[in-house]
Amino acid sequence: MSERIIEFRDALCEAMSEEMRDDQKVFLLGEEVAQYNGAYKISKGMLDEFGPRRVIDTPISESGFSGMAIGAAMRGLRPIVEFMSWSFSLVAADPILNNAAKMLYMSGGQFGCPIVFRGNDGAGGQLGSTHSWCVESLYANVPGLKMAIPYDAYDAKGMLKTAIRDDNPVFFLESERLLSTTGHVPQEDYTVPFGQAFVRRQGTDCTLISFGRPLHFCFEAAEELAKEGIDCEIIDGRTIRPLDIDTMVKSVKKTNACVVVDQSWSFASIGSEVASQIHRYCFDDLDNFVHRVHSDDVPTPYASNLEQAYLPNTRKICEAVRSATYNT
Amino acid sequence: MAAQNQNDKKTTSSEEVFSKNTPSSMNTSPIDLGQIEVLQILNEHGEVDKGLEPDLSNEVLLDTYRAMVLGRAFDSRMMTMQRQGRMGTFAPNFGQEACIIGQVTSLTKNDWFAPSYRSFGAQIMRGWPLEHLMRLWAGFHDGFPPPKNVNDLPFSIVIGSHVLPAVGIGMGMNYKKKKDCVVVNYGDGASSQGAVSEALNFAAVYKAPVVFICENNGWAISTPTKKQRANQTFAAHGIAHGIPCIRVDGNDILAMMCATKEATDRARNGDGPTLIEAITYRMSLHTTADDPTVYRDEDEVKVWEARCPIKRFETFLTNKGLLDDDAIKETLESCEEEVIAARDKFYAMDPADPTEIFDHLYESVPKELQAQREEYLRRLREKGIDL
Ligand SMILES: Cc1ncc(C[n+]2csc(CCOP(=O)(O)OP(=O)(O)O)c2C)c(N)n1
Ligand SMILES: [Mg+2]
Repeated sequence: MSERIIEFRDALCEAMSEEMRDDQKVFLLGEEVAQYNGAYKISKGMLDEFGPRRVIDTPISESGFSGMAIGAAMRGLRPIVEFMSWSFSLVAADPILNNAAKMLYMSGGQFGCPIVFRGNDGAGGQLGSTHSWCVESLYANVPGLKMAIPYDAYDAKGMLKTAIRDDNPVFFLESERLLSTTGHVPQEDYTVPFGQAFVRRQGTDCTLISFGRPLHFCFEAAEELAKEGIDCEIIDGRTIRPLDIDTMVKSVKKTNACVVVDQSWSFASIGSEVASQIHRYCFDDLDNFVHRVHSDDVPTPYASNLEQAYLPNTRKICEAVRSATYNT
Repeated sequence: MAAQNQNDKKTTSSEEVFSKNTPSSMNTSPIDLGQIEVLQILNEHGEVDKGLEPDLSNEVLLDTYRAMVLGRAFDSRMMTMQRQGRMGTFAPNFGQEACIIGQVTSLTKNDWFAPSYRSFGAQIMRGWPLEHLMRLWAGFHDGFPPPKNVNDLPFSIVIGSHVLPAVGIGMGMNYKKKKDCVVVNYGDGASSQGAVSEALNFAAVYKAPVVFICENNGWAISTPTKKQRANQTFAAHGIAHGIPCIRVDGNDILAMMCATKEATDRARNGDGPTLIEAITYRMSLHTTADDPTVYRDEDEVKVWEARCPIKRFETFLTNKGLLDDDAIKETLESCEEEVIAARDKFYAMDPADPTEIFDHLYESVPKELQAQREEYLRRLREKGIDL
């Protein structure tokens, strides 16, 4: 079979378009998604194909359009809400956390919220602290929602389709820095199920666990460490809720060492949750405590040199792996 | 019903409009929405409305003129530096010079200014050195905070999020029984944020000394105002909230100055907030990351070129005998020189200091953060970075 290589952003567009062709209940709304093709050109061509009834430009009112989309979802439509950046979802924290994530529960199972919130998450590169939020730790704490973070174009399409078909609210976190990366994406319909982590690199000495963009730095670190004779296994968690801890545990039982790489701040984070579970399930298998690599505990700096030093980077990961495997 | 009884005179009694069930204690008097006028003193040909012309000294007029020219010179230099890769993303203010400068001319050092990101013209007036603003847009850590002696908020990136804090500052002034005031600006796009409505309501209820400037520049990135709200009179927000409001030709510096002066006087006198809708136009890109040619018609831009705020003020000042061709040329040259001098100063400054990122997170550095800081410094040293 010939490999079709496309960009991550086009894989997202394909997922939305295919689902919209198949299901009249699905529609897309958000700031500049229609005429402008989305701030990051993800919805390119969708207005032309589906028209303004189903690809809707909204005023700059995150709280407004999220809240209304939730109402539409409660009555059986399946909205996809694009946030220009997840940073701006903070303005809509009440509807997305209080209404979307709890509606099924609070209506005693009568009506839920089959909705997808998606957009750029994490530092996009010199956007300043209020525009560079990693919301995963913040939002994953809330029960009732699902959270997915695709790493490559293949997963972008497959996971977004799963998200759209899911009957629960899905928080879908895309990295601006990955949008132009390319990968093999089948033309035909396929889905990537939630709750199934993916072993992206086999190794014997240390398990690296991450989600989304920091995986890129894990690969760089693994190459560097290979030169030193340290063989890393890299696990892409893919979804945070549900979390596939089994795949992670299986790997750590093999390598006996673990480093979690999470672009959130360290306190009460995805990293701390994963580490705690690994400690719980691999207590007798670990040769060292689970090491964690995070962003530094300050707001994201704007200066590019400071931003790079602040984020989880290859150097920090190498150091953590060396320490976790007693190779210092 | 009254309308069915042929013998009844035509009346406009409340019975005709309201059902019998309307409680008698309910106030059923109609609301007069009135009309919101557009203030223009200097038309686009530079002709002044003599009846409205403010009594401003020659010095003030010429200073204001220079501030507008300096703003534009800074703007074009910043665009050049951005294209040369010496600046981060930049939001130009080209064509909005009257709007941005006219909103701060009646402020004193004690007053506060809460700007959005397109406000460097006003920031310069408020005392931000040009090289400081260059460091801001180039992404230096020390560029973002306002200079120590300037009562400005750092500008807001999250649309509309600074408007409530601005009202809070105003309410604080009332609390402390001060006679100062706050000017806060936000865009036509920002007006859709719930927080902006909440801010207007609070200011009205508590009579906060706040002047809201809604900069209606036609666009919010690629979203035109007609997609932003059905009522194209952005000042109407004021009526809904019981705030005196006015529309102003935002490319007319005299109208901007007069309207803001009246509003700041009202605020200082304890009469509460004012909403000014400044009608202007974003002549250039949204930011350097944007290309407006893909979504807007260049003919629209042409229309606004003729309404240039600087050109019409120049004509006015020339007619007044305060400017001539030589003086215009001199002003432009001196502004460009000032910007170039700032640029050279900026280039000569030290690069960002990587040790600063833990500063000012708390009033004093907590123990665990201190540990992180040391770890971070160790990593930098290992990388061979001089500390
Ligand atoms: C809460 C939030 N949503 C979206 C954005 C992205 N964004 C940045 S500027 C902008 C348009 C703002 O338009 P307007 O308020 O009219 O101001 P102008 O740029 O025209 O001066 C948008 C949508 C943001 N910064 N914050
Ligand atoms: Mg605007």
